[in-house]
Amino acid sequence: MLTSSTMPTDEVRRSAQRIRKRVFEHVMRNGGGYLSQACSSAELFATLYGRVMRLGESEAPLHPPAFAGVPGRGNHDYVSGGVYNGPREPELDRFIFSPAHYALVLYAALIEFGRLDEGALEEFNRDGSTVEMIGAEHSPGVETTTGSLAQAISQAGGIALGRRLKGEPGRVWVLMSDGEFQEGQVWEAVQSLVHHRLDNLGVYADVNDQQCDGRMDDVMRVGSLGEKLRAFGARVYDVDGHDVEALARPAEEEPDGRPLFVLAHTDPTRGVPLLADRAPNLHYLRFASDDERERFQRACDAFDEEA
Amino acid sequence: MEIVNRPHVENFIRWAADKPRVVVLSADLTNSCEVGKWRDTYPERFFSLGMAEQNMMGFAAGLAREGFEPFVHTFAVFVYRRPYDQLAMSIAYPNLPVRLMAFLPGITTPGGVTHQAIEDVAIMRATPNMTVLETADATEVESVLDVAHAVDGPVYVRFLRGRVPRLFPKEEPMVLGRARLLHEGDDVTVLTAGITTEEAMRAVPALAAAGVQATHLHVSTHKPFDDPLVLDALRRAKHGVLTLENHTIVGGLGSAVAELMAEGAIATPLVRLGLRDTYAHGASQAHLMREYGLDAMALVRAVEQLTGRDTGLREDDLAQVRVEEVHSLAKAEAL
Repeated sequence: MLTSSTMPTDEVRRSAQRIRKRVFEHVMRNGGGYLSQACSSAELFATLYGRVMRLGESEAPLHPPAFAGVPGRGNHDYVSGGVYNGPREPELDRFIFSPAHYALVLYAALIEFGRLDEGALEEFNRDGSTVEMIGAEHSPGVETTTGSLAQAISQAGGIALGRRLKGEPGRVWVLMSDGEFQEGQVWEAVQSLVHHRLDNLGVYADVNDQQCDGRMDDVMRVGSLGEKLRAFGARVYDVDGHDVEALARPAEEEPDGRPLFVLAHTDPTRGVPLLADRAPNLHYLRFASDDERERFQRACDAFDEEA
Repeated sequence: MEIVNRPHVENFIRWAADKPRVVVLSADLTNSCEVGKWRDTYPERFFSLGMAEQNMMGFAAGLAREGFEPFVHTFAVFVYRRPYDQLAMSIAYPNLPVRLMAFLPGITTPGGVTHQAIEDVAIMRATPNMTVLETADATEVESVLDVAHAVDGPVYVRFLRGRVPRLFPKEEPMVLGRARLLHEGDDVTVLTAGITTEEAMRAVPALAAAGVQATHLHVSTHKPFDDPLVLDALRRAKHGVLTLENHTIVGGLGSAVAELMAEGAIATPLVRLGLRDTYAHGASQAHLMREYGLDAMALVRAVEQLTGRDTGLREDDLAQVRVEEVHSLAKAEAL
């Protein structure tokens, strides 16, 4: 059974705002965390789960199980975090999550779409839990281990190629961050996706111009991702990353032999304008003073999830 | 001794005929890794990934997740050096059945330092979930496919190409985790792997004729390294143990033997022959084996030093030793 790929736009928009709010509340409880990523990518996650991806119902418990060891010959209890995205069926899509430090946003999205319970975030970054801060492939919603950035797109390429060989109609969706495009591997992957005509793969990239050290333009300019990707032969859509309709539309186009890239141009302070005071240091929110913490707490309390 | 020309070419085509899930990935070294004819035979199962090994590792991982068995073919240095993070995180961590066919091990290439994989066994041994194999002759080149195929997880294979000797009978295929017992004696124990085995097969009979009796074990599984036959052979050596490897002496066969000896409290000297913590350079295999002390003569000299006996053996004596196919002397119960 398919779930959720036809959610009305207004509802997707509200889901995004609730994802943002849930992450904001968690970051305040936690005394810091990855907040700007939720600000920029909330609509991306909500649109992927609500409109784009054709997924079956989760096969995992609503409350995430404890860590059961790393994959290996001796470990028969190992369960992939991918089961939160439903069964692996030929006609269903697959979700490959690349920027593993966005894990908190992913978990909030899974809660929003009924794949995790509300209490799941209590396990976040707790010793012995699968709800890790930098998700690995046992973490809810995570199928591949991609904390070393830029590796997901290549793995997804192999999955897309394998699915095509098996004649499966389902597509492979990859969520990426723009900072990853500084890694050479991404461009190796793009050229191979184009060369092998893997149009069953689509990338949604959160283009928020932010990375760990600050603004990408200060750390290492990548120029226009759209122009570069087009030059490689990819099918590229530059869209407003907070516009649900604009995000969803490219996925509705008939595949045409080219891998699809949706560049979602986003604002890393969206919904939390107070964050802009910290620019360019947005990557991980650490409060410099009690005063700052209180200001953020007031913003969190006043956060309007209907906005 | 029979020399087989490019044994992998036809053997791999035959072997893959009834295995539709076997696919080949290549990074612009297709004929160099003897899979050009394989590509032409099974074009729908062959994927050119270009000179982009980091991405190739990810593609291999993705294909393995979809139920395929990717055989990555490229030079060893481009398997473990350039894309190590991808190999470790995309393939080894999830324990995926990717077969890494690593050509040009050690100093088997005149390609120089960039093409010579001299620390690969060390790095692959240190990589969790990885099985590490090495081929020494045509029989192992042919039979390593079955060995790798049966492993639930990634496998790294030091592979030989071109003109390859047949040291072991065809009917004695490589077996995972089992060494071949090629000679028995109580004075010293010699362990070799890959191309150094043929060297020891020249030296050991000559040493025996000169009165020094060696047990000679050929190792084709570097990891797991837990064959009881090896432990028995280490225990029987009166004067000591020697390892001879086409690899740096740090982290490879010599180190693996040292670990076993230390853990087994085997108190006898160990001499590790191989590249002595150095890079090599571009020259012929024979030249480099002599220059870096990886050949039969280097083994004889080391045995003389260890036993305190002058065998009187000279290069000419070793060159005249006829190397014949040798059955493993290991009895079934000892395996």
